[in-house]
This record gives sequence, C-alpha cells and structure tokens, in this order.
Amino acid sequence: MSMPATLTPSAPAPTATPPGPARQRRRPTPGRVVAWLALLVIVAVTLFPFLWMFRTAFSSNGALYTDPTSPLPVGFSWGGFERVFGLQSTEEAIAQGGSGAQLDFWLYLRNSVIVATAVTVCQVTCSAMAAYAFSRLRWKGRDLVFSIFLLSLMVPVIFTLLPNFLLIKDLGLVDSLLGIMLPNLFMTPFAIFFLRQFFLTVPTEIEEAALLDGASKARVFFTVILPMNTGPIATISILTYINSWNDYLWPLMVSYSDSSRVLNVALGTFTAQSPQTGPDWAGLMAATIVAATPMLLLFVVFARRIVNSIGFTGIK
Amino acid sequence: MATTPETAVPAAAPPGPTRRRKKRDDTRLALVFIAAASVGLIAFYLVPLVRGVWLSFQEWDLLSEASFVGLANYERMVADPVFWNAVRVTLLYVVINIGVQTVIGLGIAVLMQRLATSTFWRSIVLAPYLVSNVVAAILFLWILDFQLGIGTQVLEWIGVGRIPFLTSEEWAIPTIALINVWRHMGYTALLLFAGLQTIPPVLYEAARIDGASEWRMFRSITMPVLRPMLGMVLIVSIIGSFQVFDTVSVTTNGGPVDASRVLQLYIYENAFAQFDFGYASALSVAMLVILLVVTAVQYRVTRAGQTDLN
Repeated sequence: MSMPATLTPSAPAPTATPPGPARQRRRPTPGRVVAWLALLVIVAVTLFPFLWMFRTAFSSNGALYTDPTSPLPVGFSWGGFERVFGLQSTEEAIAQGGSGAQLDFWLYLRNSVIVATAVTVCQVTCSAMAAYAFSRLRWKGRDLVFSIFLLSLMVPVIFTLLPNFLLIKDLGLVDSLLGIMLPNLFMTPFAIFFLRQFFLTVPTEIEEAALLDGASKARVFFTVILPMNTGPIATISILTYINSWNDYLWPLMVSYSDSSRVLNVALGTFTAQSPQTGPDWAGLMAATIVAATPMLLLFVVFARRIVNSIGFTGIK
Repeated sequence: MATTPETAVPAAAPPGPTRRRKKRDDTRLALVFIAAASVGLIAFYLVPLVRGVWLSFQEWDLLSEASFVGLANYERMVADPVFWNAVRVTLLYVVINIGVQTVIGLGIAVLMQRLATSTFWRSIVLAPYLVSNVVAAILFLWILDFQLGIGTQVLEWIGVGRIPFLTSEEWAIPTIALINVWRHMGYTALLLFAGLQTIPPVLYEAARIDGASEWRMFRSITMPVLRPMLGMVLIVSIIGSFQVFDTVSVTTNGGPVDASRVLQLYIYENAFAQFDFGYASALSVAMLVILLVVTAVQYRVTRAGQTDLN
C-alpha cells in the first residue's frame, strides 16, 4: 500500500505480531496523529448536521426554545412527524408550533417515486440503446452524430430551462408529472457517454460468437451486451435516480399544484410557510428526514458501488 | 428487429458470411436504437439552445404576442444595476465556494490516500452529497439560526459571539457558499482521490528512502500528477457552482436586499415573477457567455489536458 516501508527503531516490538497492526502501531509520529485528528474533525463536521436533524425532529418545539443545546432530543415527541404526515388536527398542530397548513407528504413522496423511477428506467434504457449504436454498430455518420451528442454535454442546464419550460407549456404539460419527467426521459449525454465507454470494452469475440449462432445484432444487445454490463448500468441508474430525486429548480418551474409537487419542492414550500410564532423546527427536521431517508437508504445499500463510481464520472 | 434474417444464410459458403458481416451496414438498426435519444437531444438540447438565443431578442410575457425588440433586452441588461450586482454576488459565491471546497477536498483526498483508503471512510465523507441542496439548506438554516441554532450557540461559548449568518448582507453569500461546501466537499475529495489512486506507491517509497518529507512528496509527486485531474474537477465544479439556486432560494431568497440575489435566481424571478421571458433569456445568454469565457480561460491556465510528468 501507500504506507512507507521504512524500518523505524521500534525494536521492542515482538516479532510474532502480524504485519498489519504492527505497522499501525509502529509509527505514532506527531504528523500521523495530527492527520488522524484532521480526518476525525472532517468526519464530525460531515455527520454532525445529520445528528442534529434527528435530535431536533424527535423534540417538541416548546422544549427546543428552552433547551437549544442538549445533544439528545428535548421533550421527546413524534409531533414533528405527525404534522408532516397530516396526522394531527389543525388546532393540535398550531398548538405544538406547526403552521397548521395541510401538507400531503404521502402524495409528494408518491410523486417523487414516480418521477425518479420513470426517469431512471426510460433514460437508462434509451441511453443504453444509443450507446450500443455508438459503440458496436457500423453505420455512416456514427462519429459525427456522436460528437454532436458529446457537444451537448457542454450546454449548461440553466440555458435550456426557459426554452424547455416553454416547450412543456406548448405541449400542455405544465403542472403534470409527465411535464416534470419529459426533458430527462430520453437521455442525458453523460449517460450515453458513460455506457458507451463500457460497451466498447466487451470483447468482439463474444459478440461474433453470438452472431455466428444466428443471433441478430438487436438480440446481441439484449442477450450479450446488457447482461455483461449490469454493473455500469446499475451505477448509472443509481446516479440518475439520486439526481432526479434531488432536482429542485426544474420541478419548481413546472409544478403549480399539489398534484404534481415532488417531495423536494414541497420541502421548500413547507419551509416558506413559517407560523407566526417562529419556524416549526421539529416539523421541518422531520420533513427533511422524510425527504432524505430514501436516498440515505439507497446509499446504505449501494455505498460501495456509488463511492467507487465517483472517480469515473468525474473524468467526463 | 430491423436486421435481415441472418438465420437464412446457410453454412454452405464459409467465407461468405464472415466477409458479409464485416462489411454489413447496421444503419437501419442504428436508427432505431438512437431514435429516442435523438428526440431527446433535438427537443431538449438543440432546439432550446436556438430558441433561448432567439427569445433574448423578443419581448414576451407569455400572454400576449411576442414582439421582436432587437438588442433592447441587452441594452437594458447593461444598464441594470441589479444584473451587475448579481454578477458580482455570483462571482463572490463561486470564488468562496470553489476555493474552500477544493482546498478541503484536496486535503481529505490526500488524508484518505495516506491513512484511510477503505470504502468506509469514503462513504462517510460522501454522505452529505446524497441529500438534496434543499435538505442541506434547511439543516443549516436551523443550525445557524440566530436565536436557537447550535452553531451560533457554540460561537457564543467560544467567545466569538453570535453571527447573523443568513440575515446580514455581508454574511449571506459566504454562509451559502460554505453550506454548499459541506454538501460537495466529499464529492470533490472522491474525484481527486480517484486521481490519486493512479500514482504508483513505488514513487512514495522511493522518495521516502531518499529522505523526503510528506510535504515534499505532496509538492513533488502528488501535485504534478494530480494537476490535470484537478483542472478537470475545477472546470466541472465551477460550471455547477455558477448555477447556484436551490440553497439561495430556500435560505435567503436573494436577501437581505440584494445581497444574495445570484444570477440564476434573478433569471428565475424575471421569468416567473415578472413574466419577462425575453429579458430572462438575455440574462441566460449572459450567463452562458460568462461560463464559456471562464471555462476557456481555465482550460488554458490549468492546462487540464496534460500532466507535468514527461
């Protein structure tokens, strides 16, 4: 590994110790101690807001005002979550420091799931098909068309937002889930580029063998290329799902009513509706937990895959 | 589906099929396979690009007919103090956000490379990136609350005193920039970490034998190899940083006064609060030009294409 292989005068170390721990113990130099401390500080800074989110969500608003610093929930209460899911009556909610506004988080959750799932399935499928055409099929103009796709990678999102909104409006899809999904349903240049890189690495012999067995090129795609690339496809699917779930500006532009509101946008609205007495912090933190949990669960399950995919995606 | 029935070719002529296959042209199948993606490309990338520029020469409120006004939107923009303020505020945001994020990200990446290469550490560092900007913004809205936030409380304990992070003109932009540093530093670190993985450990071992210090190794081995990667990471993250919107919209909504009215927010307001799509489009064009210039300059300066080795 990257650890230096120098011998330090740790003579009394018993020869029997396995190399791993010995190496760790051998160099408690001041530099390493500082480095570990720095790493721990970073981990603390990274995780503290999550701890605070949970601590606040299970507190009651009244207690939060009198004890704002205790690391554990103060005046333990499920009230925040009850307000988020509309389980409290309006009077009860207002009495506990909520805004009393009716929010249907189940609906937003459903909308988010529909949008993110549809976008991921369609986008990855279409992108994979295009990536196959750009990597394994022979046709005139292939490289030219591919370079146009690559160039569109450079177009900043902001620039297409307004014209895309107008297109969605022309299609009569404003304030609908389809309107939110549509621009991302077909492809992203990045997904095509990403998958093409992997499809290119499939040895031609395998493809040839399938063709000799009488399979068509279309069949090869489904029976050879896709099964051999489940890893990259899973990776790009997870990344697409996360991006779609966390998108804010575009769904904010397109949706006007509850029927098409996704969780992330609803969360923004929920924040803006502060009651007169001050923000309903317990409710807000409960709402952020509800909004963040699906992604954090996804992360717990796929952490290794997500973490290892980052390096590649950055190279673009 | 669109291919010719290959099964019909008998095995009688051995050289035939292989040569035929080599030459075979898959145009028809390819057209089927790229059809959906092409619709997406044309409808949501290429046409919008042209329409966006076209709109910037129009005056249009969505209700009445659009009218061609030539360069009027651009003339208005040049004379608009809020626009120039937005450019200034956005630049300030980008400088703080990218500066801090890159330094911390690089630090984390090097720490992980030298101490903790396991997936476990990388997962922890990446966790904030998994939650949305909106969630991150709300979390810090609470942590930095002037009355009750734990952040302000801690500052008071250590004698710094309470800081009106999101409610004062001077603090709003730095605070928003740092909130986004929290969310993105792990991601930046992982990108750079991936670049660091390409450095053969032998180099460090050799340097160590020659008696080089960690700092010396960082300067003479790590940085030269990492520089092109760093250049690419900077280009990608700066483009993203310029388009900041979510965090501002949730925390300050541009305030106090115009202190955090970034370009993207100003564009959004012009389009959806003033219904001035022509002017909003002109602002978008300005943003595009700024991004192009910044990217081109950066590509030159960081020489992102080449390493220092060889």
